[in-house]
Amino acid sequence: MTDYQNIFTQTQVRGHIDYGVVEGPGDEPRYHITSTSHLMGRIGDAQIGPIYLGWSGIASLICGFIAIEIIGLNMWASVGWDPIKFFGQLPWLSLDQPLPEHGLSLFMPLNEGGWWLMAGFFLTSSIILWWVRSYRRAIQLGLGTHICWGFAAAIWLYLVCGFIRPVMMGSWSEAVPFGIFSHLDWTNNLSLLYGNFFYNPFHMLSIAFLYGSALLFAMHGATILAVGRYGGEREIEQITDRGTASERAALFWRWTMGFNASMESIHRWAWWFAILCPITGGIGVLLTGTVVDNWFLWGAENGFARF
Amino acid sequence: MALLNFERKYRIRGGTLIGGDLFDFWIGPFYVGFFGVTAAFFAFLGTALIFLGASMENTWNPWLISIDPPPIEYGLQLAPMADGGIWQIVTICAIGAFVSWALREVEISRKLGMGLHVPIAFGVAIFAYVTLVVIRPFLMGAWGHGFPYGIMSHLDWVSNTGYAYGNFHYNPAHMVAITFFFTTTLALALHGGLVLSATNPGRGKTVKTPEHENAFFRDFIGYSVGTLGIHRVGLFLALSAGIWSAICIVISGPFYEGSWIDWWNAWKNFPIWRM
Repeated sequence: MTDYQNIFTQTQVRGHIDYGVVEGPGDEPRYHITSTSHLMGRIGDAQIGPIYLGWSGIASLICGFIAIEIIGLNMWASVGWDPIKFFGQLPWLSLDQPLPEHGLSLFMPLNEGGWWLMAGFFLTSSIILWWVRSYRRAIQLGLGTHICWGFAAAIWLYLVCGFIRPVMMGSWSEAVPFGIFSHLDWTNNLSLLYGNFFYNPFHMLSIAFLYGSALLFAMHGATILAVGRYGGEREIEQITDRGTASERAALFWRWTMGFNASMESIHRWAWWFAILCPITGGIGVLLTGTVVDNWFLWGAENGFARF
Repeated sequence: MALLNFERKYRIRGGTLIGGDLFDFWIGPFYVGFFGVTAAFFAFLGTALIFLGASMENTWNPWLISIDPPPIEYGLQLAPMADGGIWQIVTICAIGAFVSWALREVEISRKLGMGLHVPIAFGVAIFAYVTLVVIRPFLMGAWGHGFPYGIMSHLDWVSNTGYAYGNFHYNPAHMVAITFFFTTTLALALHGGLVLSATNPGRGKTVKTPEHENAFFRDFIGYSVGTLGIHRVGLFLALSAGIWSAICIVISGPFYEGSWIDWWNAWKNFPIWRM
């Protein structure tokens, strides 16, 4: 137990700033805003920056800024522009989705959902532009696009809640409000209105993948730290040329539970578990109210709910 | 194929905490050890008791089988087998099996010359389970406050317990726990995706390097935590999710009995913005 357990980095070596691998001819320049942080270096890499924005990054930030301004100023207006009340009531403040009588109309009074539609449009544009950026940057650096498709899975759940399901239900009023407690209330009421979300099998799957992701990251993070003394964190090198760190990590799980991943396959497990959480969750939300009106009664019909 | 081609040189004696060489052997791919024997004992006994409990009920539908804790009236006493006693013994077996499993992981870590991160991380999960079925029921004075062992019945318990405190979404520790769960999943997708994207850049292309990983993340969000750091971050996020889950349930009942919606009145009544 007196062995070093690899919790914090104890010795930090400071070299020159690494400005990153060479960029291709069509790229915008990186912004060379850099610094180093000793505290960050205790946990991970000490270097902060540089950053790359490109046109999609700048457009995304502008759209995101507009969305947050619309939401924030609406909230502020709702407390009579009183800055103290704004912070005092912030958890309760909300920019609500359109009223039911407006259906799927794109034109309605601003304070009956018009602001919400605009905020949603700009937030969605911002997110999709950020996705474009993640895709283009991966291609420009010669990498695969796995992160982009993971991000797309999260966007799927976002679009189901705020766009696809409201369209299928025929009303923007089905969508999620922008607010701290108000979006929690929306979540809560969706479950209560449709007969208890715990009986929705896709909700079950989504939660299983959510908890499974935490389990997998605890297992994987702990395993790599535990073989840190053999260079286990050099995962790409271990994948292409297996060393003793990989072998020990694999044997640990083989001897513990009779099965092991490889240094590459654990990252496939990780990626699939993480992206299936929003994919299955989105399916569960999309079926609610469109296909199934009461998940408890649906469970009773299918033999797993008991009155 | 029980033995991997590189496995033989790692299968050496030593590293046990208890029992010396007596249990220092493998069965197929599984390492045994003293704690393998105790884990198997508790797991077998607990599973057999679950089947016994199921046989006393009126269903073999796996979704509906439930081993319920004793009624609240028994307080912290031992209950008759048919009235929650099975739940109590299954709970003892579960804790015995989990702790044995963690100590077996310690022995395997020692044998392989590894750090103890995995058994310590598993210890956090065991702590969260013990919080649900021992610490909180003990603080509330009745084993009946534990959750039932059944697929749908434990979901009903979560739902009912949540609404017993108004609305659990308003529990601040629950908010923190959920945020950690979501963040863990996000970070896992990013880490898994990044390693796969560097090692699978497309047909005919050369595998990329950690420098490419760093460049991508610095370009993308202005910071790359690095190959070692991401595993510290991931472990921290995952364990925080478990710890805050335990906190959010143990404060509900033993330390706060009202509605979590009303709890926020304290925020409303901060002197600076009291209205």
